[in-house]
Amino acid sequence: MQELLQYFFSGITNGAIYAVIAIGFSMLYNSTELINFAHGEFVMLGSMCMITFVGVMHLPLMPAIILAIACVTAAGLLFERLAIRTVKHPEHIVLIIITVGASIFLRGAGMIIWGKDAFSIPPFSSHPPLDIHGAKLLAQSIWIIAIFLLTSIGLQLFYKKTLTGKAMEANAISKRAAWIVGIPSRLMVTLAFGLSAAMGGVAGVIISPVTMCSYDMGTMIGLKGFCAAMLGGLGSLWGALIGGFLLGILEAFGVGFVSSGLKDATAFLLLLFILYVRPGGIISSVDVKRF
Amino acid sequence: MTRNRIPFAVLALIIASAGWFIDNLYYIQILTFIGLNTLLALGLNMLMGYAGQISLGHSAFYGIGAYGTAILTVHWHLSPWLALPVTITAAMLVACIVGIPTLRLSGYYLGMGTLGFGMIVNILFREWASVTGGASGFVGIPPLELGTVSFSSTRNYFYLVWGFVIVSFIICHRIINSRVGRALRAIHDGEKAAAAVGVDTSKLKLQVFVLSAIFSALAGFLYAHMVLFISPESFNFIASIRIVTMVVIGGMASVWGSLLGASVLTLLPEWLHAFSEFEMVIYGLILMIIMIFLPRGLTRGLLDIYERAVKKHDR
Amino acid sequence: MLTITTCHPLKRIITLVVACLIITSPALAESGKAPYKIGGIFAVTGPSSMLGDPEKKSMELAVEQINKAGGVDGHMLEAIIYDTEGDPSKTVMGASKLINKDNVMAIVGPSLTPTTLAVMPMIQKAKMPFISCAAGNKIVQPVDPWVFKTAQSDIMAVATIYGNFKAKNIKKISIITVANAFGESGKEQLRAQAPSFGLTILKEETFGATDTDMTAQITKIRQDNPEAIVCWGTNPGPAVIAKNIQQLGLNIPLYQSHGVASPKFIELAGSAAEGVMLPTGKILVAGLLPDTDPQKKVLTAYMADYKNKFNTPVSGFGGYAYDAVNILAAAMKGSNGDKEKIRAGIENTKGHVGISGIFNFSPTDHNGLGQDAFVMVKIVNGKWELMK
Repeated sequence: MQELLQYFFSGITNGAIYAVIAIGFSMLYNSTELINFAHGEFVMLGSMCMITFVGVMHLPLMPAIILAIACVTAAGLLFERLAIRTVKHPEHIVLIIITVGASIFLRGAGMIIWGKDAFSIPPFSSHPPLDIHGAKLLAQSIWIIAIFLLTSIGLQLFYKKTLTGKAMEANAISKRAAWIVGIPSRLMVTLAFGLSAAMGGVAGVIISPVTMCSYDMGTMIGLKGFCAAMLGGLGSLWGALIGGFLLGILEAFGVGFVSSGLKDATAFLLLLFILYVRPGGIISSVDVKRF
Repeated sequence: MTRNRIPFAVLALIIASAGWFIDNLYYIQILTFIGLNTLLALGLNMLMGYAGQISLGHSAFYGIGAYGTAILTVHWHLSPWLALPVTITAAMLVACIVGIPTLRLSGYYLGMGTLGFGMIVNILFREWASVTGGASGFVGIPPLELGTVSFSSTRNYFYLVWGFVIVSFIICHRIINSRVGRALRAIHDGEKAAAAVGVDTSKLKLQVFVLSAIFSALAGFLYAHMVLFISPESFNFIASIRIVTMVVIGGMASVWGSLLGASVLTLLPEWLHAFSEFEMVIYGLILMIIMIFLPRGLTRGLLDIYERAVKKHDR
Repeated sequence: MLTITTCHPLKRIITLVVACLIITSPALAESGKAPYKIGGIFAVTGPSSMLGDPEKKSMELAVEQINKAGGVDGHMLEAIIYDTEGDPSKTVMGASKLINKDNVMAIVGPSLTPTTLAVMPMIQKAKMPFISCAAGNKIVQPVDPWVFKTAQSDIMAVATIYGNFKAKNIKKISIITVANAFGESGKEQLRAQAPSFGLTILKEETFGATDTDMTAQITKIRQDNPEAIVCWGTNPGPAVIAKNIQQLGLNIPLYQSHGVASPKFIELAGSAAEGVMLPTGKILVAGLLPDTDPQKKVLTAYMADYKNKFNTPVSGFGGYAYDAVNILAAAMKGSNGDKEKIRAGIENTKGHVGISGIFNFSPTDHNGLGQDAFVMVKIVNGKWELMK
């Protein structure tokens, strides 16, 4: 029982992180039908900015978090403006390779700026772990889940209640129809890019105290997030959420009951299974599109 | 028909003279690596460029080729020349088993399906240590020999690899210019339309998938017997992405694009060594710039520039 | 018409290859006797850069020092270093470039066991004196006449830890290793030597090199209450494990491998590093060594020079390359550049006091280090402390 609970705690902590990353993927896909392979690098940027602001400049926590997310958002907007919008023929495969190029570029830039070493910062608060039936729930895990909940509720409100959010959703459903009713589609795409990068930043910020951050941390975690987005159903906010938690929890239980060596394999086997059985993901909201 | 053969003859001639004139074995080795990468890119180009199906897990087949022959020749003491057909058959079987459910998907879902497959195969290479040698890698793969000719010499191996490349080029060229090739292009342009005019799309897609698996496995076989050591990192997700990049940078739906893409992506890191710390940044930038300004790949892009220049000149 | 134009890219490549040949050939060194060229291939970037980067720097340092002292028989040393990124194919290319294009006399590196194994067939063919900086035992067993290594073997590291267990009467342990060549090689040795020290391994877990959280593995280990946990990996994973063990409130002593033997580990793990024990080369505790220790002088000098030149604290890994270059330079004396003589020179090196230990090579031992190359240290109040 104690073990089960501990696996579960480990699972939801990782799951929340995967979910935040998956939301970033989904949001961008919704508006642009683009998968950003550099998304994992935005997570890395978020973490490394936190290291700089907290570890080096000793800023208080809240300003550091906001600044870090702002930096990543700025990087995302810059990337959209300089690389994505300048493409002459925005075919999917071309855009994918551009994002792959961007991920290599960002990794290289991260290496130059922060060096090759790993860094770590203390947890957001120094409360001792909660003891629940012998299983430990870390203070940082509570932070992660709380920030995750805040972000997703915030997003939900943004999409459903604000005009801009509704405009973005309309633009995602049909660009042309949105254009006809006067929604500036280009602006919406830029906004989606910024928001998606911000999500990457959030993920980076919340994991920076949990793990060790280095310039090459983004690739695998980005892939896992992508996996989660696919599991839940690409383009769906709720899908990303479910996919993230499902992936995190299954991974933890996979380690506990199968083998830690095959931990990553559990994630991908699950992915293949879902793709074969229910290609649209658990919540299939959009048509399965081809290149 | 004869005119179509000219480029291949020219290529063969260039290869032969390169092998003859280039003294420095380092350059021969680079050219051999280009040959291997060309095989990989060519296989994937048939799938991506002609049939319009993406695969983000092609290094799995590359790995199956390499590990297949390693296991057969070292553990089972088979001759490499016997191991080759066995390995390729294995790759074909795997391609069939994976391809049937996976190719029903499309777009990002197909990409993700193949990516997942590639990851699982890579984890298998790493975790099945008793057979594959695990993360430390597989040592002691024998060099190739054919009668009295030993391919442990760098130069002979260069000829061998490029021999395979040229044969593969001709095979691909034949396929593209046949009825099958036209059907493939029809799938690329519109799968439903192709099906409507009587193309058995799912069968054809599977066949191309298997074909590209064969090329990748062949490249893996050649890689294993050249380096004589293999480890899982050579066949990971990054390797798969690199093959995709070669295809796209070189130019989709062009056999020569595969050659160009493979050459650029093999040589680029070698040149960038001089920039040491900045290597990754520059590499990423170059990838982005090529795709932004020549989105149809280098082959088409350079040809366009050339044609525009000629037109201007004519005026 | 089309056929002719499509040839163009190909011709371009050939021209480019030729152009590349001309551009990248290194500038010839200045006057006097022709320099002796030695090659280095390290994982300067990529996931193993914490090994390759200090190795590259240490090689540059060693070469600079040797040249300042007049070089080898009046020949200056010239180091040509390539980055492998830890990738076997790139390592093969780098080694090929060193052998065929730069015509080096000997090669130092690579940093990793798989990359070393990948270039070994080539080294044998080229008959090139070769000193690897990787830990794996497969490199020198079986002995290859041309292949040497300066890094301490996992065998010794495991034996040092297990010796400690024996002294403390610890019988039941669990191990957790990183899922790459370093961890696997450690796991092999941990398994192989357990019976001879009367140890039972209860659980064998692994973790991914960039995993963010290992609480699930630790939870699994906790189930059967081992008397000690041995973690085998290189930073940053083991620091995450130390943190997770602390967070879960486990009261089981944690032993790490020499893979984390750098101040970085203490920085990363913070308070979780307290009480962690690990085997390490003497470099970490150079200041604590008695003055009678023959290595002390060499160690302190290297540490000061390294810090002076690069303005970063020394890491435990750069010493592998530093030793390799010094052993190589000594072996080159009087060889006149003859590779067989250099090889024999390395093989006959006796009593070389280096960073990683005292080297005594022989035709059957191409690592040359004894058990005394390792000491056990414990982290107390954020500082290393010698055990025993």
